[in-house]
Amino acid sequence: MTAVLEVRDLKVRFATPDGEVSAVNGVSFDVNEGECVGIVGESGSGKSQLFMSVMGLLAKNGRTLGSAKYRGTELVGMPVKDLNKIRGDKIAMIFQDSMTGLTPHLRIGKQMTEVLVQHKGMGEAAAVKRALEMLNLVRIPEAARRLAQYPHELSGGMRQRIMIAMALLCEPELLIADEPTTALDVTVQAQILDLMADLKRVTKAAIVLITHDLGTVAGLCDKVQVMYGGRFMETGSVQEIFYQPAHPYTAGLLASMPRLTEGRREKLYAIPGQPPNLQRLPKACPFQERCDYVHERCVDELPLLRDVTPGHAKACHLLSLANPVSDPKAPSLKVATEARSA
Amino acid sequence: MLSYAVRRLLEAIPTLLVIVALSFFLMHSAPGGPFDSERVLPPEIEANLKAAYNLDKPVWQQFTIYLGKALQGDFGPSFTYKDFTVSELILTGLPVSARLGLSAVTLAVLIGCTLGILAAMRQNTKTDYSIMGIAMVGITIPNFVMAPLLTLIFGIYLGWLPVAGLGDGSFRNLVLPVIALALPQIAIVSRLTRGGMIEVLRSNFVRTAHAKGLPEHLIITRHTLRAAMLPVVSYLGPAIAGLVTGSVVIEQIFGLPGIGRYFVQGAINRDYTLVMGTVITYGSLIVLMNLLVDLVYGLMDPRVRYD
Ligand SMILES: Nc1ncnc2c1ncn2[C@@H]1O[C@H](COP(=O)(O)OP(=O)(O)OP(=O)(O)O)[C@@H](O)[C@H]1O
Ligand code: SF4
Ligand SMILES: [Mg+2]
Repeated sequence: MTAVLEVRDLKVRFATPDGEVSAVNGVSFDVNEGECVGIVGESGSGKSQLFMSVMGLLAKNGRTLGSAKYRGTELVGMPVKDLNKIRGDKIAMIFQDSMTGLTPHLRIGKQMTEVLVQHKGMGEAAAVKRALEMLNLVRIPEAARRLAQYPHELSGGMRQRIMIAMALLCEPELLIADEPTTALDVTVQAQILDLMADLKRVTKAAIVLITHDLGTVAGLCDKVQVMYGGRFMETGSVQEIFYQPAHPYTAGLLASMPRLTEGRREKLYAIPGQPPNLQRLPKACPFQERCDYVHERCVDELPLLRDVTPGHAKACHLLSLANPVSDPKAPSLKVATEARSA
Repeated sequence: MLSYAVRRLLEAIPTLLVIVALSFFLMHSAPGGPFDSERVLPPEIEANLKAAYNLDKPVWQQFTIYLGKALQGDFGPSFTYKDFTVSELILTGLPVSARLGLSAVTLAVLIGCTLGILAAMRQNTKTDYSIMGIAMVGITIPNFVMAPLLTLIFGIYLGWLPVAGLGDGSFRNLVLPVIALALPQIAIVSRLTRGGMIEVLRSNFVRTAHAKGLPEHLIITRHTLRAAMLPVVSYLGPAIAGLVTGSVVIEQIFGLPGIGRYFVQGAINRDYTLVMGTVITYGSLIVLMNLLVDLVYGLMDPRVRYD
């Protein structure tokens, strides 16, 4: 398997008037050709900013540390001119807020064809033809008419389909979809997910699907990476994450998934407490303030990702959830003195 | 769009009527009258004069007489410039003021927008700070300080340009007044442009454009500028109406025969007809410019609906 994207010890920092925000705190992973990777975590866990930094789209006050390579080429610190040859062409991204992601004063046609003109040097006619193909692929009715319309003339679901079509125009090798269904009606959400599942089959693109909904991941992804406080808590295949969760946070997320049990709705479980303050993250385990199994080591030592089974890893000091005792062999970083004095 | 424009113009008629009525009654309720400043007249001559100008009638009757004539395009004779009608005065003065004002607006838009865009693209750098610093100065220094200063430097000290007057009517004579008039406008337009640009550059659709790998110049010209200029457009409407109807200070300092001075002189001399004439001119222009702004808005933002 060849990696399209290799991320190593990536960190994202934001300078703010009341201190530095540590949004992403050293994550490493690969996205391989044709693979679908799910990134899950609560709001504020750093999912979006992780990929914004890969795309060179951080806000002005943000900076990226570490490395992110597209087919061996370093993206971090790459001059914008060179980056512009990759984004939109090789790597495409769909954003969380579909309602405001299209330029209000430009026709859909222009917004789509300009991508092809830019990256493929296509003429107007060829670009329009290709744009129509893509609109049909994402099942937009009356595609030809849409090209002459403005974003405000289309529904939210339609706009999101257009965003998806636009991202796929150049046949990217990697498609990053940041919560492609938030801000949409439930029925439209289902349609978009359906579409994503189809696209996964027909395009060769590797897909990163960012979501806080484990259900979405279950239907679409091969691998899952569970994020909390800007770190990965657990990574593994969909089966492993769903049926053998090894991290207390993953177990909490799974327990808080709504589901129907024997015809009656269970009372929804929620992980107690609040996501951590990213300006004053605990130096050791970021989940310690909300974890049922928190013990001394969790406060003194940062747990590092380690294999539970090959390909399935967790960042937790526990031996296992079935036998929740501290594992003395668990790899960790001692941060005790700093943590205690901080 | 045409029916919208016509409807807006019809809707403006009551607005204008209110403006006319208000200024008429305010004018007449102010103490003093048009013949107060002259030598004391024998009572019977003053009575005759007043009768000739209908000033002996009750104010509301004067108003209906004035309105009736004004609706036919007759704004009456001026009280101070006795040999001219108000229409004549406005028609000779307006072109001078309009030429001055439109030149200043053009300059303000060209330079102001360029500076604003530059400042926004280099936000929080030395370029940005210096442009905004100069703009701040441009806004704070009043016309009556800037104009003599320019005259002193370029007219007298360097001797490059005429100090005052229209001269042979060539553009050379307008350079200094246009610059004096344009400077604060450049400052305001550049600040508005910068603000609009910065807001739009932060928007989600600009982020999408970056994600598409578009080069900077396309992101600015195609995706940012149109939305960013909306505040400038709404400012320019009324501003143009104001500039075109003459700047009292500038016309006075540079000795230009525009209509700006008529308004002030008219008010001081209780030249009722002249004041009313300038008020109506200014009011109509404001109405027209606001309509124009709304139409331009529609061209710039497809979400604007005329209904
Ligand atoms: N420009 C910025 N300046 C300061 N902090 C920022 C900035 N942008 C993002 N953050 C912070 O970074 C953290 C991570 O944000 P991110 O958008 O990655 O969250 P997320 O996991 O995508 O959450 P959600 O599910 O709500 O989209 C948040 O706490 C956010 O407040
Ligand atoms: S390291 Fe400790 S606090 Fe963190 S998840 Fe594991 S048991 Fe909980
Ligand atoms: Mg997000």
